[in-house]
Amino acid sequence: MSNDHIVKSYDEELGRLNDLLARMGGIAEKQLADAVQAVFKRDVELAANTVASDQQIDALEHQIDAFVVQLLALRQPIADDLREVIAALKIASHLERVGDYAANIAKRVPALCQLPVVKSVHVIPRMGGLAQSMISSVLDAYADRDAHKAIEVRNADEQVDEMYTSVFRELLTYMMEDPRDITACTHLLFAAKNIERIGDHATNIAEYVYFLVHGTALTDERPKGDTSPSLVSSPAPSGPIPDAP
Amino acid sequence: MEFVTDLDTSGPPDSILPTTPKIITEGLNVFYGDNQALISVNLNINENEVTALIGPSGCGKSTYLRCLNRMNDDIEICRVDGRILLDGEDIYGRQLDPVQLRARVGMVFQKPNPFPKSIFDNVAYGPKIHGLVRHKADLEEIVMNSLERAGLANEVRDRLHEPGTSLSGGQQQRLCIARAIAVQPEVILMDEPCSALDPIATAKIEELIDELRQNYTIIIVTHSMQQAARVSQRTAFFHLGEIVEIGETAQIFTNPRDERTQGYITGRFG
Amino acid sequence: MNNDQPAISIADTVAKGLRRRRAAEIRLRIYGIAAISFVLMALVVLLGSIVSKGISAFQQTHIAVLVNFDREKIDPAGSGKIEDLRRGDYDGIARNSMRAAFPGVSGRRNRRALGKMISSGAGDQLREMVMANPNLIGTRQRVWLLASDEIDMLNKGYARRKPDGSATKVSRRQVAWYDALVVKGAVERHLNWRFLTGGDSREPEQAGVWAAVVGSALTMIITLMLAFPLGVAAAIYLQEFAPKNRWTDIIEVNINNLAAVPSIVFGLLGLTVILGFFGLPRSTPLVGGIVLALMTLPTVIIASRAALMSVPPSIREAARGLGASSSQVVFHHVLPLAMPGIMTGTIIGMARALGETAPLLMIGMVAFIVDVPSKFEDAATVLPVQIYLWADSPERGFVEKTAAATMILLVFLLAMNAAAILLRKKFERKW
Repeated sequence: MSNDHIVKSYDEELGRLNDLLARMGGIAEKQLADAVQAVFKRDVELAANTVASDQQIDALEHQIDAFVVQLLALRQPIADDLREVIAALKIASHLERVGDYAANIAKRVPALCQLPVVKSVHVIPRMGGLAQSMISSVLDAYADRDAHKAIEVRNADEQVDEMYTSVFRELLTYMMEDPRDITACTHLLFAAKNIERIGDHATNIAEYVYFLVHGTALTDERPKGDTSPSLVSSPAPSGPIPDAP
Repeated sequence: MEFVTDLDTSGPPDSILPTTPKIITEGLNVFYGDNQALISVNLNINENEVTALIGPSGCGKSTYLRCLNRMNDDIEICRVDGRILLDGEDIYGRQLDPVQLRARVGMVFQKPNPFPKSIFDNVAYGPKIHGLVRHKADLEEIVMNSLERAGLANEVRDRLHEPGTSLSGGQQQRLCIARAIAVQPEVILMDEPCSALDPIATAKIEELIDELRQNYTIIIVTHSMQQAARVSQRTAFFHLGEIVEIGETAQIFTNPRDERTQGYITGRFG
Repeated sequence: MNNDQPAISIADTVAKGLRRRRAAEIRLRIYGIAAISFVLMALVVLLGSIVSKGISAFQQTHIAVLVNFDREKIDPAGSGKIEDLRRGDYDGIARNSMRAAFPGVSGRRNRRALGKMISSGAGDQLREMVMANPNLIGTRQRVWLLASDEIDMLNKGYARRKPDGSATKVSRRQVAWYDALVVKGAVERHLNWRFLTGGDSREPEQAGVWAAVVGSALTMIITLMLAFPLGVAAAIYLQEFAPKNRWTDIIEVNINNLAAVPSIVFGLLGLTVILGFFGLPRSTPLVGGIVLALMTLPTVIIASRAALMSVPPSIREAARGLGASSSQVVFHHVLPLAMPGIMTGTIIGMARALGETAPLLMIGMVAFIVDVPSKFEDAATVLPVQIYLWADSPERGFVEKTAAATMILLVFLLAMNAAAILLRKKFERKW
């Protein structure tokens, strides 16, 4: 990408595609931050705004889809141009999912506000902050075509997964301790799950950034920190399981 | 394509590839007077594959193509050194006459150039001069067969004795292909065969190339990236007389290894 | 464009110049039409003057007299053999017939003047009649005898009548006799077969153009047979096979120069080399043809090369790509395609050769030839030389013969061109 295309308007169109994606990324990032804030601060109004801004993201995604179709039809991009367009299309759909998850988190705020504050609510900003930095880094990596940074983002997902596993364990414990918190804790659990999913999408985006730069897919197995599917609800009873009568 | 079966499993995976290439080019240099048109080109062409040669004008791709059937011999100031092996035989060797070579390596040109004779005579010409047929019936069979394979038989069956120049551009080009395959060559060279044709005629030729691949080794020079991508299995990129990159077409067009290839195919040549 | 001034639109600027440009275009067309009209007019005047002068030569004046085929005069020995019949005194019979027509004429001078009214060839005319039909001997027949040149001119109105009753080259008495014959209806103009089928003669009324036509045809056959194959072969070699180097450049320049060499030089060449060195018979179509072939050769070569060059290279490539050898490329494809052009060039060269006089004068084809040539080694003359000879003759009768021969030459030329066009059509239809 040392020099420009001979056809200048082609460059302009690719530039516009990048701009659209950057805008979408910015909105998704802010949405995630706001959603986390709203949960932590019990801010119903902020939550409502966050949900509303999802429409913006959806609209941008449609715009990018249409634009990509147009580029494919009219410019028939090949090689790195093709990768750029395809990556943009995929990244946009992942960002849209990120926005959806953020909105999903925000939607739980009114319910949470009607419930007593649970101690464990602090895990949300911690996890959210990590996911947010992943999104932010991967968008930087995309903007700079920085594969190295993208790999770092991908590796950071492990932390989010681990954190989710520990949050899962923690919330489970709270719920067992005080069944009255079950409603709030379930909401928080879903929020945490959403943040974990956002991390996954950030990872996927990172993989597309890598593909964009190198032209090949990242093949090595990604480290996985999410062991929650194998968790059981409580430590196994120490005694032998009573025999059936 | 013949694969070597019962491989020694301990061998490197590369040896699973087809047997020796149809054409091997080693250190080919071509000079026009004081200008060097090709600089130590090394290129292998596989049998029953379409190899596309791409590159900007004057990069030497046509020169290379014309070396393969020694069409450059007729240019007095042209000098060739290096080796081109067709089935292991040096085509610039003493034993091989260009006339004999051209019976094995056919050529289709940029502009459809049927002879100003009848359609039948156009196709029959090659077999006639090479003495491939003894009887009139054999000749007719070869002609119809070639027209059939060029996908032209149905369109011209009733007008074999009309002049070849009365056909449309695309039909003329397919006639030229039929004329080339009537000699039953092993290799067909195509020098921008669709540059004068409309998209429908181009599509028909491309479909034809795809079918012919089963029986012939095809080398095509094209300026259309899309065409190279559509018809070829391997693509070689020439630049300033050198081969910059050669590889699987899919790889060249999604992920070229060389900056210059990338710049050329995406339209960024400075 | 300066922003201070009101912007004049480009369309307006263009529109302003438009009238001037149109006018220039119309002027150009008018010049062209004028040039063509001038050329056409010149052609019409030329053809008109030739035809108006020459048309009368195709008829010749004849005088009807009662001929007594006297056995005594034809066959005094009475043998009846053809050889003896041939030796009869037919001139005397002709003269006697005239005298019989005017019985009142006496005195040797008058009788001689009377005899001069018929051609000196009238006797030959009677001889031929007898040879064709010996039964005529001893009979009396009304025969149209060929009139003399002077009477012919008088009859055609070329001889001016003078106030004293005489006319140009015709005495008063002869005019009176002529008028008497006209009154009797014994003077008529008949189609001049002798002109179309006979050889040259000192007497205009007996002169024919056929010997020259045959001479021209024989000469052209030699020229064509030499210039066409040699020229085409040379052109093919130079254009298709010869390496491009200094030698071929020199040859090319020399061929071009040769085309511009004055034709008399070729005549000198023929005189010194072909007649002098090789000793071929002079005045013959063979030598004339060789000389004209040498003269035509550069034209044929240049035209053939141009025709070969104009064959698109794509055809050569197509043939070579199929594995045709160089000679197959040339003879299967290039030459057939170039043939119409080559033939056009050859015809132009031949037409020039047909009208050529100067080099033929040098090799003796200017001789006075009465017999129609039948072989290439017979002494002959050609049409333009015949025209030149007649134009040079003092007799008034040769003026119309000159113009008529010119007409024949033009017809010959047209026939050659027509043949070429027909051949070319046939060649082109092949594909």
